[in-house]
Amino acid sequence: MTTFIWIAAALVVIGVYLSWTAGRLDRLHSRIDAAKAALDAQLLRRASVAQELGTSGVLDPAASIVLYQAAHAARQAEEEQREVAESELSQALRAVFAESAQVEAVQEAPGGEESVRELTEAVRRVPMARRFHNDSVRAARAVREHRVVRWFRLAGHAPFPLAFEMDDEPPPVLTEHTHAGH
Amino acid sequence: MRIGIVCPYSWDVPGGVQFHIRDLAEHLIRLGHEVSVLAPADDETPLPPYVVSAGRAVPVPYNGSVARLNFGFLSAARVRRWLHDGAFDVIHIHEPGTPSVGLLACWAAQGPIVATFHTSNPRSRFMIAAYPILQPALEKISARIAVSEYARRTLVEHLGGDAVVIPNGVDVGFFADAEPKAEWQGSTIGFIGRIDEPRKGLPVLMRALPKILAECPEARLLVAGRGDEEEAVASLPEEMRGRVEFLGMVSDEDKARLLRSVDVYVAPNTGGESFGIILVEAMSAGAPVLASDLDAFVQVLDQGTAGELFANEDADALAAAAIRLLGDPKRRTELSEHGSRHVRRFDWSTVGAEILAVYEMVTAGAASVAADERAGLRARFGLARD
Repeated sequence: MTTFIWIAAALVVIGVYLSWTAGRLDRLHSRIDAAKAALDAQLLRRASVAQELGTSGVLDPAASIVLYQAAHAARQAEEEQREVAESELSQALRAVFAESAQVEAVQEAPGGEESVRELTEAVRRVPMARRFHNDSVRAARAVREHRVVRWFRLAGHAPFPLAFEMDDEPPPVLTEHTHAGH
Repeated sequence: MRIGIVCPYSWDVPGGVQFHIRDLAEHLIRLGHEVSVLAPADDETPLPPYVVSAGRAVPVPYNGSVARLNFGFLSAARVRRWLHDGAFDVIHIHEPGTPSVGLLACWAAQGPIVATFHTSNPRSRFMIAAYPILQPALEKISARIAVSEYARRTLVEHLGGDAVVIPNGVDVGFFADAEPKAEWQGSTIGFIGRIDEPRKGLPVLMRALPKILAECPEARLLVAGRGDEEEAVASLPEEMRGRVEFLGMVSDEDKARLLRSVDVYVAPNTGGESFGIILVEAMSAGAPVLASDLDAFVQVLDQGTAGELFANEDADALAAAAIRLLGDPKRRTELSEHGSRHVRRFDWSTVGAEILAVYEMVTAGAASVAADERAGLRARFGLARD
């Protein structure tokens, strides 16, 4: 009889542990979803500001085309191509805003002050959002790789989370500029 | 936005983290946000209207020193009540790895959680052992902030993952507009910090002082901070003790005026610094800074371009650099100008905007903060009472 009680107690403890771990995983997955949505919003915002600048006519025609093309490609990219397209937009932004004279030229145009501020915010927030996203992916992976989780298939059908890898280095003059601009 | 901030250390004890939270809360309130700070405090201490007491902190030996922390059944209940009453859009926990209300809040809450990591400790066996206990609570944090690249490295080593770097904020204008005091001017060297805390580095400066005075006999050292003054000058030759002036604990206003007045501000700290807010304050006041080459200081001083550096704990190097600076007004002006430009990135207007950007990122599309019903075993079986 006592053996039976012990076995029952052990089963209850295991059950509670499994349900707790499943809850943890569930929360981690929703954290990834939220982080992914935030990253997506920041990337779209950056592409929109870049595209706006590309079509505004304040930049020279060559720079306008480079920026417009990269922003357009980033917005239209398929899921598998997105990391590459967004990295290319970062490179295009760095190339166009390589010198502070370019930033000043944009600022002098009507509404330019506003555009530069939006762009600066966007290029600063993309790396933040990406870090938060990849951090949540790492946390979820750490739990999913646990033996217990794999044996009992606690993750269900949720796809294995993937980090978002891209070149998100902002144009140095923009970040320097905000620091000196206040 | 409704913002809840959790402070792990006693509100009645002055400290870097507490000051940071106070300034952040007041900055956010000025911008029109609703802010509530949960902090350990004695029930008799008068608290600002935005602070809620999490109960009395208990002094316990923790991680090599005695820390005043807050834990246990009652504190956990207060944390849950605060979360429930606050209905916050986001909570911002400081030092969530410390066994205090920060960790309790992390355990008890669900929803958008932001955390700031202030310390930078070398990897310890304790942290490795504590990792499995901390992980389930810490993995709820949606966005992690480190106050410096150095603090970020510690965090990545201890807990894995990543964090964004947002420095501590300073009210640059407050220091820049302070009125210099004539009696503190003229070949003066400034030092602010606990006198009896060797890590703050006053002994190193005392060892360097005879050399400095030999070259610049008119120089004076002004020391502001708590501690035993007799003991601090014990190593100095009798005739030099008159060149050291102790100001005791100074008010914020006097601190700003002191920094505005001195010719050189010296930070000889020997370790344990993760940021170096005092350097930013000195630069805001336009004081030329001479600091030990700790990782955190090198970073705050922009790799040594916004202030001079000397080899840590090397009194001779400190003396040589101080003599050079005292005799070179042009270099001092240069440092002062560079410093004033450099500190703008630490002004609350910049730092506050970045922190708010993080809040916006984690709250977009997310539900507000609530008590985590899965946290307790009793809750799991439907036995929890409110």
